[in-house]
Amino acid sequence: MGLQHTPEGRPVALANPTSRPFFDAAREGRLVLQRCPRDGFFFYPRSHCPRCLGTDWSWEAASGRGTVHSFTIDRVGHAPGLGAEVPYAIAIVELEEGPRMTARLVDCDPDSVHVGQEVEARFEPLLDVAVVHFTPRA
Amino acid sequence: MGRRAAAIAGIAEWKAQRVWDRPMFMLEACAQLAQEALADAAIDKDAVDGLLLPPVWESPMFGPSAAAEYLGLAVNFAEVVDLGGATGAGMVWRAAAAIEVGACETCLVLCPTVPPPPQQGGDPAKMRMPAYLGGDAWGSPQGQFEIPAGMVAATPSFAQVAQRYRAVHGLREETLARIAVHERDNAQTNERAIFRGKPITVEDVLASRRVCDPLKLLEIVMPCFGGAALLVTSAERAAQGPHRPVFVSGFGERLTHKSITYAPDLLDNPIRAAAGRAFGMAGASREAIDLASIYDCYTITVLVTIENAGFCKPGQGQDFVDERDLRRDGDWPLNTHGGQLGAGQPGLAGGLAHVTEAARQLMGRAGEGQLRRCDLAYANGTGGMMAEQVALILEGA
Repeated sequence: MGLQHTPEGRPVALANPTSRPFFDAAREGRLVLQRCPRDGFFFYPRSHCPRCLGTDWSWEAASGRGTVHSFTIDRVGHAPGLGAEVPYAIAIVELEEGPRMTARLVDCDPDSVHVGQEVEARFEPLLDVAVVHFTPRA
Repeated sequence: MGRRAAAIAGIAEWKAQRVWDRPMFMLEACAQLAQEALADAAIDKDAVDGLLLPPVWESPMFGPSAAAEYLGLAVNFAEVVDLGGATGAGMVWRAAAAIEVGACETCLVLCPTVPPPPQQGGDPAKMRMPAYLGGDAWGSPQGQFEIPAGMVAATPSFAQVAQRYRAVHGLREETLARIAVHERDNAQTNERAIFRGKPITVEDVLASRRVCDPLKLLEIVMPCFGGAALLVTSAERAAQGPHRPVFVSGFGERLTHKSITYAPDLLDNPIRAAAGRAFGMAGASREAIDLASIYDCYTITVLVTIENAGFCKPGQGQDFVDERDLRRDGDWPLNTHGGQLGAGQPGLAGGLAHVTEAARQLMGRAGEGQLRRCDLAYANGTGGMMAEQVALILEGA
């Protein structure tokens, strides 16, 4: 199993050596991304740049800002552990740095979410990792 | 003219059922499907020298040899294919390619999806959908970055495609509903369809429960049990059989992503490349097809596939659908078996059903649902989150 669960039954990530720096930063409220010197930022954490397969990437701070590329409002709660929170919005966020990331949109009315909406990251530390959410920018 | 080295010569397919009252191990179901496909093709079992099947539950490792042993086969080509909904279509071109290069001559393509007997009592027949779809393996990117965000199962992912479509092109919910309605109408002549006897209207679809915006319940397939199989053999052997041979005239396959989050483009799908290769190989035009057998786990899948397979330009799919009648008697017959939206989604057999229906139509064996003319068909499979894409051009001899 590559998941761990909170006492309430929410599935959260099981960090591994490659992804540990991402989650350590997220626990401190920082979004970090890997950047390849040739091909730029990529996400999710990988051992190799997915474009050139180089390994000379570095972890860099990201702005935590992005726009909603697409989204859905889950009204039945497909995800185990999230059933009590329906309806909730899940968005594919295009980060300012380029890569896309899927996250829940929190602290907002799901019915107000729209493509192109400007959002910023929020971090919820859970167990020894953190879940990254986004919320509309004021 | 396309490839004519290999042809579909036999079909087996079980009626889709929500509750399966005769649990079978997967190897048992493979044996039953093999027996039926061979009988349909009137080919002796000893002629089989190729075997394609999905991952084998009773043998997570060494699946092909486990099946060869169980079925009593000696094969020169054996492969487990793992392409989700595109598995069936992916098996068909692999079989045809193996036959064309001489790796084998007669290949079984097996896609069973039935529940195994319970280990100790229990409820054998209830459908359980694995929400994580394998994404919870140790080290899985999905386990770390998708599942905790609630992006599980398939509907939230396809809803993202639909919502993106809405933002870029505008979405007419009536048009998507019409796809479901016409497919359901087609299911009314399919004795294997789970929704036979239950036609629906556009109003029904629009009024059905919102599941993941903008997708509503009647735009989503019903998971069920079933099984399907094909017998693919050389053109020479197929010509000796009881049915009109169905040539695998062209094929294409393309994969770029697993999670929809990382699709190069949510609307410009890998099906474009797969279909382009298939039509090019077959030397066929989009206008020439008599049947479009398009993978339809959701209505949006059909819309995006129509555009990406090149039947119209990006953004014009809704006009394309509105201007056409997609029913069996219509001017652009789509999924004459009812598709999975109308016939049910018996796991991987639901994907193969798009190929079995095309073969049945080309053989002239579709019964009540038979098209007046069917010589050329487009069939495709879509796996995962619009990820694995396989396109086939099938041609009657």
